[in-house]
Amino acid sequence: MEPREPVGSLSQEASRPQIEIRNLRKVYPIPEGELVALDSISLTVDKGDIYGIIGMSGAGKSTLIRCLNRLDNPSDGEIFIDGHNILAMSQPELRATRRRMAMIFQQFNLLMQKTVAKNVRYPLEIAGMPKKQANERVMELLRLVGLEQKAAAYPSQLSGGQKQRVAIARALASDPEMLLCDEATSALDPMTTQSILALLQEINRNMGITVVLITHEMAVIRQICNKVAILDGGKLAEKGTVDEVFRHTKSAAGKRLFGVLPEQEENLPTEPALRIVFDGESAERPIISRVVRESGVDVNILSANIHQLNHKAYGQMLVALPQNLEARKRLTDTLTQIGLTVEEVYPQ
Amino acid sequence: MTWSQLGPLLWEATVETVYMTVWASLISYLIGLPLGVLLVVTRKGHIMPHPTFSTVLGIVINFLRSIPFIIMLALLFPVTRAVMGTAIGTTSVIFPLVISAFPYIARMVESSLEEVDHGIIEAAQSMGSTHAQIIFKVLLPEAVPSLINGAAISVTTILAYTALASAAGGGGLGALAIIKGLNIRKFDVMYSASLLLVALVQIITVFGTRLTRGLDHKRR
Repeated sequence: MEPREPVGSLSQEASRPQIEIRNLRKVYPIPEGELVALDSISLTVDKGDIYGIIGMSGAGKSTLIRCLNRLDNPSDGEIFIDGHNILAMSQPELRATRRRMAMIFQQFNLLMQKTVAKNVRYPLEIAGMPKKQANERVMELLRLVGLEQKAAAYPSQLSGGQKQRVAIARALASDPEMLLCDEATSALDPMTTQSILALLQEINRNMGITVVLITHEMAVIRQICNKVAILDGGKLAEKGTVDEVFRHTKSAAGKRLFGVLPEQEENLPTEPALRIVFDGESAERPIISRVVRESGVDVNILSANIHQLNHKAYGQMLVALPQNLEARKRLTDTLTQIGLTVEEVYPQ
Repeated sequence: MTWSQLGPLLWEATVETVYMTVWASLISYLIGLPLGVLLVVTRKGHIMPHPTFSTVLGIVINFLRSIPFIIMLALLFPVTRAVMGTAIGTTSVIFPLVISAFPYIARMVESSLEEVDHGIIEAAQSMGSTHAQIIFKVLLPEAVPSLINGAAISVTTILAYTALASAAGGGGLGALAIIKGLNIRKFDVMYSASLLLVALVQIITVFGTRLTRGLDHKRR
């Protein structure tokens, strides 16, 4: 373990975000001049966040997360980790900081010639922990990720999901405060992705580790992140809490990523319909059956596009507009009472 | 020539060949291995980038590597005499062997280390490893199977060079085949010495391949 900051500086640091990025810029020289990978990126990650950075490939998200621990060096701007500028650090300071912000990768990057146990022991070994104590810690970590049976196996004998679990155990070995995930689930199948995301969430909740993850999959953001930043062509398209950004997606990049296609926005029914908008505020209960019960009107669902997000529902549903005017009014009133926004839409 | 005459000749020559090969290989690795590491780690984008150093070292190594061993032997005559006391004989031939072999080995080591996935090195960096920890605990251990494979090739190359050492009065199977066998037309000596050389190369190759396979946990 790294020696913590002296007590005197704690109160000052408590008010600061854990990670603060100011006007970050990264350019690569190319024959035609320079390629701007990141352009004036500013964002802050608070302690305990699961901060998702999403973008299409080539948006610069990988470069961004790699700048956080200086695997890449930014061309301009500042990055503060607990108030300390990582770009101004000496090599020993940088190494100490890196041990507090572990990283996992898309391709796992395990030592292929070492066993699972030795992989997890590596960070302890380089920190000089006595062998016996280190071995105990290794088994504890392998238990945490559910791989204590595989201690003597080599990475080549493991599945992708198991490899990523080993990588997570290895990342946690140095007792980090932050975990950087560089497309950590992109090489995994959907089932395995779920289990790795659940593990990351558990680590965040139980150990209080701040997680910064980059991904190109909206589902990953929806499932575990509380904050999100959308990168588009090296620029920050929008950022905020996941609720906010999902509900009021402003940027074109955001709409693309959230799957809100232009034709869906203009989704017109083939018969007169009622559009019901779910904005995350209601929808805890089985709404439709309640509406049917309370209004006494049968509901015929024409289409629905609803996402579950932090146990809240977002999206919209089209139901057939009752022919009977009285039934129409009762249905509309019931929906409005529940707190949903409704509007009548007609085919063109 | 009878077997009782041939046997001791071949035995003595084999011992000399093994002696030259082992010492020349060991000393060449002592120089070539660190140089191979330096070639890789000082490259752009690696852990200790220093492109100028890397380029200059590369040029020097290529220069040494392009001189054929037989010419190196002649060119180094005065240097060998100064270093080894004499320029002829089985032991003194080790010096030119090393000078010819270490650049080759540096390149072999370089190519083995290049095979290590850069992502693994970045992971080690992200864990706060020092440069020395990356080299000794990550880069070299991860390359071990490939380094062993390269060593088998390097050692057989050095073994082949020793045959030319007879030009400088070095002993061994090569000298036996050329001087006793070819020059005085004792073809049985020439063929048996050559066969022994082939056998030695085979032994090293098979041993190297087995060891490489046994140690490699990456492809299972």
